[in-house]
Amino acid sequence: MPWTTRFCASWLIVIVGAAVFADLIPGLADPNYQGFLFGDGATNESPSLTHFLGTDNNSRDILARIVYGARVSLTVALAAVFMGVVFGGFFGSLVGFVRGRTDSAVMAVVDVILAFPGLVLLLTVVTLLGRRDLVVIATVIGFLSIPPYTRVARANALSISRREFVTAARAIGTRKRSILFREVIPNVLPTLLAYAMVNAAVIILLEGALAFLGLSVEPPTSSWGTMVNAARVDLQINVWPAIWPSLALVFTVYSLNNVGDWLRRLRSVRSAAL
Amino acid sequence: MADNVAGSPLLEVDDLRTTFTIPAGDVKAVRGVSFSLEQGRTLGIVGESGSGKTVLARSIMRLNLGSNVTTTGTAAFNGSDVLTRSPGEMRELWGTEMAMVFQDPMTSLNPLVRVQRQVTEHLCRHLNLNRAEARQAAVDLLREVRIPDPETRLRSFPHELSGGMRQRVCIAVALACEPSLLFADEPTTALDVTVQHQILNLLSREQTDREMAMVLVTHDLGVVAGRTDDTMVMYAGTVVEHAPTASLFADMRHPYSEALMRSIPRTSLPSHTRLAAITGRPPDLIDPPSGCAFSPRCPYVQDQCVNEEPPLVETDDPAHRLACWTPVGSPEARAAFEKNLAAGLQQAVAVDISAAPSSTGGVDG
Repeated sequence: MPWTTRFCASWLIVIVGAAVFADLIPGLADPNYQGFLFGDGATNESPSLTHFLGTDNNSRDILARIVYGARVSLTVALAAVFMGVVFGGFFGSLVGFVRGRTDSAVMAVVDVILAFPGLVLLLTVVTLLGRRDLVVIATVIGFLSIPPYTRVARANALSISRREFVTAARAIGTRKRSILFREVIPNVLPTLLAYAMVNAAVIILLEGALAFLGLSVEPPTSSWGTMVNAARVDLQINVWPAIWPSLALVFTVYSLNNVGDWLRRLRSVRSAAL
Repeated sequence: MADNVAGSPLLEVDDLRTTFTIPAGDVKAVRGVSFSLEQGRTLGIVGESGSGKTVLARSIMRLNLGSNVTTTGTAAFNGSDVLTRSPGEMRELWGTEMAMVFQDPMTSLNPLVRVQRQVTEHLCRHLNLNRAEARQAAVDLLREVRIPDPETRLRSFPHELSGGMRQRVCIAVALACEPSLLFADEPTTALDVTVQHQILNLLSREQTDREMAMVLVTHDLGVVAGRTDDTMVMYAGTVVEHAPTASLFADMRHPYSEALMRSIPRTSLPSHTRLAAITGRPPDLIDPPSGCAFSPRCPYVQDQCVNEEPPLVETDDPAHRLACWTPVGSPEARAAFEKNLAAGLQQAVAVDISAAPSSTGGVDG
């Protein structure tokens, strides 16, 4: 593993760990505590020992908001990857294996979803449900990420189903269902997981963009995009509240890409050795 | 294992035709093949790439995929036609009655599954063994196919094994449920020459020990020689010559068999001798040539060959079947050859040159 990948993997472990165990981190401030209202702090503070990354324009601790904001970004990314790999992976492998009419039908649906503007769907769902919490956002983004996974899985399943070992499995009397689950899907998964790493980065950026537009989780819940959006108003006074979450975003996305690439290389080396 | 009725063949194929429908037209990959195979006998199917030998084997095994394949005719296995069976009914035969060893051991094992599971998976299903019994059965099988240190090898992944080892594993998988008919589809094409020999010997030994019938598909006449009871030479989806292996090699009658034989490189010839290739290309199977399919490349071609398709008929030896108007060695063939040579027909000239290795023409062509 090259040292950049080591660094990126470490960053991912740190950020995921921090997001999961945010409540247990000693000394981490309440992300929604507005100190200046109670006379113990000011807005737009510079970094200090009490606030490592300073405070934002509502005198909230930026570090705490980044850590809790990671929850939103990572949950959305995880939900998207999970739904994509499970549903997209299954349907894609299935239709790539059985072909025929099922294939045409599923791919038609997939193409329609792909062609449908995601933002419009998100807005519609949010309006209809009347709420904008993490579950809704994660579900919609997760649903929207199924089609690309279906395509990737189908493309791989098509070629794998034509491989000799699948025919060999048939020739010894293996049932179709076992062939799908034991021969095709395990061989589709590595490619899908490598894609998932890169896709997770895209989803995190997407959530950031949605949050910046004010379409992600409702305030005061922090998310990296929401933080940048909030800092935008006072950008001339203090740029740091916008820079810190952006840096977290950049590091995370870069790390995901880097580790994803590393996984893919690993995979291609292994298939070359087959 | 189903008991075979004495005297009736294990496999009887009659007028089998397999067609692939593609946008460019219908590819007639197998065009009416009939043969029969007795229990415990071996049949070699020889032909160049695209002659339909693999498709024939896969058609009988019902392993041709896709909705664009149509197979007609009958292939009676133990008296019942396999071509009309449903996929569910085929599963009763696959593995336990018919099995197949594939051409490329690099791709015919699941890369993500350890050897143990590859070998035992269907053993457990077919024979209801528990884990320990299945493991023991796997060890026995690997030992039988001469894999050293089978206990360790069971834990290996396919990529940790050499090509020859993988083909041994494939053979073990195919033999696991003791099929009565084994198709070996070019089992040695992807292997080193030294390993080829071992694998072929292994197959022959297993075939003899288990008294199973075997169909050995190959493009190499050297592979079938001495290892099969009968040999069937295929060209363009049809059988052109079918005879007991010994009598085929002693008395090759079809020009294509002769040409295949001639194209085997010989170590007795000086280095850099031009290979005696068969001129021309295999025919287009969407629109096969009229008459004999080999006629465009045959040095003995005459008018009748182009106009009329020769039927596969018995020669003076009833076991020797042949589809040719001008069998090699006959006076008609000699006359036709002289005529073609005089006319400067390319395939006749090429044969004439390679027939005389001392001439300079043999070197620079």
